[in-house]
Amino acid sequence: MNATSAVLPATPLSPERLRHLGHALEGLDGAGLTWVSGYIAGLAFERARQAGAAPAEPAAPPSAVATVLYGSQTGNGRRLAERLKSQLDAAGIAARLVSAADFPARRLTEERLLFLVVSTHGEGEPPDDARAFAEFVLGKRAPRLEQLAYAVFALGDSSYPRFCETGRALDERLAELGARRLLPRVDADVDFEPAAAAWLDTAHETARRESGGPRLALVTPLRAGAAEPSAPTRERPLAVEVLVNQPLTAPGALREVRHLEIALPEGGLGYEPGDALGIWPENPPSAVAEIAALLGAAPDEPVSRDGRTLPLADWLGREREITRLTRPFLEAHAKRAGSEELTALLAPGRQEALRSALRDWQVADLLREYPAGWSASELVAALRPLAPRLYSIAASRSAVGDEAHLTVALLAGERGGRERSGAASSYLARSDGQPLRAFIEANPRFRLPADSSRDIVMVGAGTGVAPYRGFLQERAETGACGRNWLVFGSRHLDRDFLYQAEWTEALKKGRLHRLDAAFSRDTEQKRYVQHCLHEQGAELFAWLEAGATLYVCGDAERMAPDVHAALLDVVARHSGRDAEAAAEYVAALAAAKRYLRDVY
Amino acid sequence: MAELTPVERIKRESRGLRGTLSESLLDAHTGALREDDQQLLRLHGSYQQDDRDVREDRRQRKLEPLWRFMVRLRLPGGVCTPAQWLAIDELARRHAGSTLRLTTRQTFQFHGIVKRDLKATMQAIDAALMDTIATCGDVNRNVIASVNPVESPVHAEVADWAKRLSEHLLPRTRAWHEIWLDGEKLVGEPEEEPIYGRTFLPRKFKAAIAVPPDNDVDIFAQDLGFIAIVEDGRLAGFNLTVGGGMGATHGDAATYPRLADVAGFLPADQLLAVAEAVVMTQRDFGDRTNRKHARLKYTIADRGLDWFVGEVERRAGVKLGPARPFEFRTNGDRFGWQEGFDGRWHLTLRIPSGRIADREAAPWLTGLRRIAEAHRGDFRITANQNVVIAGVPAVERARIDALVAEHALDLHATATPLQRDALACVAMPTCPLAMAEAERYLHPLLRKVQGLLDLHGLAGEPLLLRVTGCPNGCARPYLAEIGLIGKAPGRYNLHLGGDGRGQRLNVLYRENLEEAAFLPLLDELIGTWARERMPGERFGDFLWRSGRLGEGARA
Repeated sequence: MNATSAVLPATPLSPERLRHLGHALEGLDGAGLTWVSGYIAGLAFERARQAGAAPAEPAAPPSAVATVLYGSQTGNGRRLAERLKSQLDAAGIAARLVSAADFPARRLTEERLLFLVVSTHGEGEPPDDARAFAEFVLGKRAPRLEQLAYAVFALGDSSYPRFCETGRALDERLAELGARRLLPRVDADVDFEPAAAAWLDTAHETARRESGGPRLALVTPLRAGAAEPSAPTRERPLAVEVLVNQPLTAPGALREVRHLEIALPEGGLGYEPGDALGIWPENPPSAVAEIAALLGAAPDEPVSRDGRTLPLADWLGREREITRLTRPFLEAHAKRAGSEELTALLAPGRQEALRSALRDWQVADLLREYPAGWSASELVAALRPLAPRLYSIAASRSAVGDEAHLTVALLAGERGGRERSGAASSYLARSDGQPLRAFIEANPRFRLPADSSRDIVMVGAGTGVAPYRGFLQERAETGACGRNWLVFGSRHLDRDFLYQAEWTEALKKGRLHRLDAAFSRDTEQKRYVQHCLHEQGAELFAWLEAGATLYVCGDAERMAPDVHAALLDVVARHSGRDAEAAAEYVAALAAAKRYLRDVY
Repeated sequence: MAELTPVERIKRESRGLRGTLSESLLDAHTGALREDDQQLLRLHGSYQQDDRDVREDRRQRKLEPLWRFMVRLRLPGGVCTPAQWLAIDELARRHAGSTLRLTTRQTFQFHGIVKRDLKATMQAIDAALMDTIATCGDVNRNVIASVNPVESPVHAEVADWAKRLSEHLLPRTRAWHEIWLDGEKLVGEPEEEPIYGRTFLPRKFKAAIAVPPDNDVDIFAQDLGFIAIVEDGRLAGFNLTVGGGMGATHGDAATYPRLADVAGFLPADQLLAVAEAVVMTQRDFGDRTNRKHARLKYTIADRGLDWFVGEVERRAGVKLGPARPFEFRTNGDRFGWQEGFDGRWHLTLRIPSGRIADREAAPWLTGLRRIAEAHRGDFRITANQNVVIAGVPAVERARIDALVAEHALDLHATATPLQRDALACVAMPTCPLAMAEAERYLHPLLRKVQGLLDLHGLAGEPLLLRVTGCPNGCARPYLAEIGLIGKAPGRYNLHLGGDGRGQRLNVLYRENLEEAAFLPLLDELIGTWARERMPGERFGDFLWRSGRLGEGARA
């Protein structure tokens, strides 16, 4: 096969038509070509549909057929990969060169021909840039790779006991996943050059052979937009599996925040960036046991309510709120306990004290400190039914596939020497292995702009940053050309900057265009997100004037009002409007759905 | 022609080492500097590092590495006043985790400074009449000099030369003052650098002055050295040494440690001119295409000493005379009290690995602060990571002794020669280059090797041991009788055969050993040494004489 046919697939077009096509495409850049390819594919599909025939399989766009992937610590691996890439280029074999650090491992399912150059360090460790890749491929979530053919060149130092361990493990694992090994692996020592030269030649020959012939690709039509059958709802949640449950904060953070990755059944739970995942929690067993003991009741004592009979422990564990106090329950309890103290708390003018009691106390605290002689069934009747907890999804399906990622702050404290934790957060923290009952809660008021060329400004404190992770993934995956600006706030730069490594990486890659952060406990003078907005006021106003959408997510009590005030101030200062006109400007932004808030 | 290394571009485009450092410092979303600025920061005397103990854990938490900064003072000849000591102590407590580290270049290092405290740290250093300019990076680093102000007034003269040499080779850019002290902003073109030019040197550059018979500065490990020649009690001039250097890379035979050559003699008043010519020759001919081949030692090895000396003589307008005789007796320190020629007293304390902190039963940081509060002479940091309390009137000795005893600072009196002379570099967890432990391993290692000496009846014999976490040579391991050079966690290359005077390189004896493998080897060799040595014969000398390190001896 000659060099031309390696680039231009076999064509049903006449030379004349090909020439016309060539003229039409002259001077188009990559984005233009991509657009045209989609446009023409659409035309073909539409005509075929009208003709009642299946569309002919369109020729593949001239994308890479081989991927040269490297993991390299000292640069030897990278240089070797570069050499292979240029050999392939010279032979007219479309190849791309990519560092394992930049390669989303789940995309392996889209690869056909892979050359992997990877070194091993220390006691059998992968190079830093390939750690995540190796973890994924060697881990239990690695997909089947029947479509893949591959070859591995391993670099190492035989004076270490686990010589070329990373290359060996990946080579064997790829085969185990169903991929086809094209060449026996080469384990090269410190003096790798002779082995490398030989391998490069064979690899390049193999690539030639493997990529031979016209390449055709299958185009999968988009999924029909019709509603999926029997989508799970709040009332009929779906059992989902937790794949990953790991801390995001460093030890010493004032509040631990965890990152959860949840497997969704294929096509079963669709969501869009901005949506939330609802989780039906179960209360901490320790709190259930404590309440039963305080009631003097056996946990398995049957209790009937609403036509159902369940053991007390089930009512308390799965059906009733016991980690949150409500005002009606507090009132009922105060009356029943005959406690003047509690009654006083409910009196007008004590809002602050009442608020902190409702925030800090749980049902068990009340039962212990103000005994009121509840029977088990009376208590079950008086308590509020358990509500699901909603978490903004911190992912985009176009990036993570059939998964939802959550960012969960653990509510934990202590009262009277007893540990007190929130229902859902403690449940999720201990939910490794067991399925969760979940559903999607759509959040149509917190969506990316339909026009992806619009800029967005994302203001989030703490776990309020979760939906922005989804936003950014979505915009990166879909090639949105609008700019992205994140303003993040938490307590300590070192301890609780959630997803920090991802944001800084996105900034470096140009997927995030501005990143401002405020940490309230790092300096004597506390800094919050609104301080960033004030400082960057001119820039913020310029973005708004240019059509940006402003998002605010996180704490409703303090952050949202402070950010709102800052916004009014910024608009007034940088537009020369008076306070009233600035308020109108901001109101108009909100009316145009360009000032969106998801606060709680 | 090979391509220049990326660092060369960064230096060239830095506008006199300014880059975007000021902006980097303000980036609130990261504890790091921007990549190019990390390189430039070195020439300001600081390295960005991270806590490697938590690196992997933080990666999994999707947090960036725990970025921290090491800051290294410029302290020519290692001399500082008690007032400066107190300022340094205060800084360590406020910003650097309450520890100080004395380095093999006779200065202090702070570790663990967060980015937002860097400026305040630099300002406090300036307020104490010190700076950190050019203590890291591709430039002449802190100039070191023999410390013992014992023998003659020549030592004071030499300390003064160290200072003048350091000043003479300083970059002219005002960037340090501009960035750290909020000095006036540069308008227009950056300052001329008559010695360095816009890209400074191809690689680090180390200079030292030694006063025989002390080779405490390890003059043959330096790019540029001056050996003081004392005749009739006066400083007659210096022998010039060039092209020493320790660094190497595992598995790369083109890199190696090298002893400096003695190039000839010059009168003292030509020291600055000759030093400048050496630096400028290396500036023009050093290899800027490969950082592993960029030190002066490779320039000289590749082009020859005669060519190099000719180039230096031409540039300096000086003709070197034949080298004068000199004799070194040790590259160690003189511990304990020494009386100087002027009747004042000097106490050299042993500080293992140069690490000063308050530990249980060893409150050294506090102890040295209290000594600084009481002391009216000065302090001298030695190139062996120890400290000299210098210039004490006889009547004050008892007071110092009491403070030393009270704070358990008396290792100089209680430790064995092995324990007193050993060196370790910082390594884990802060040094990005470390492959194995060094400082944190030194104590248990010494205990075990001392056990071997005890076992073979050699408890009080000197034996020079140095351990580093990587092959770059910060603790000059290639000059030790026993050099352990880190390869991987818990694994070291074993080098043997230094001479205890800093004039003979050791050789690689066995590669990539765990402790369980090298201790039995040492046990056997020390046992043979004990049985077969000539009176007073050192371990390294014995190994060579008995043929254990010669041709074909390496397994």
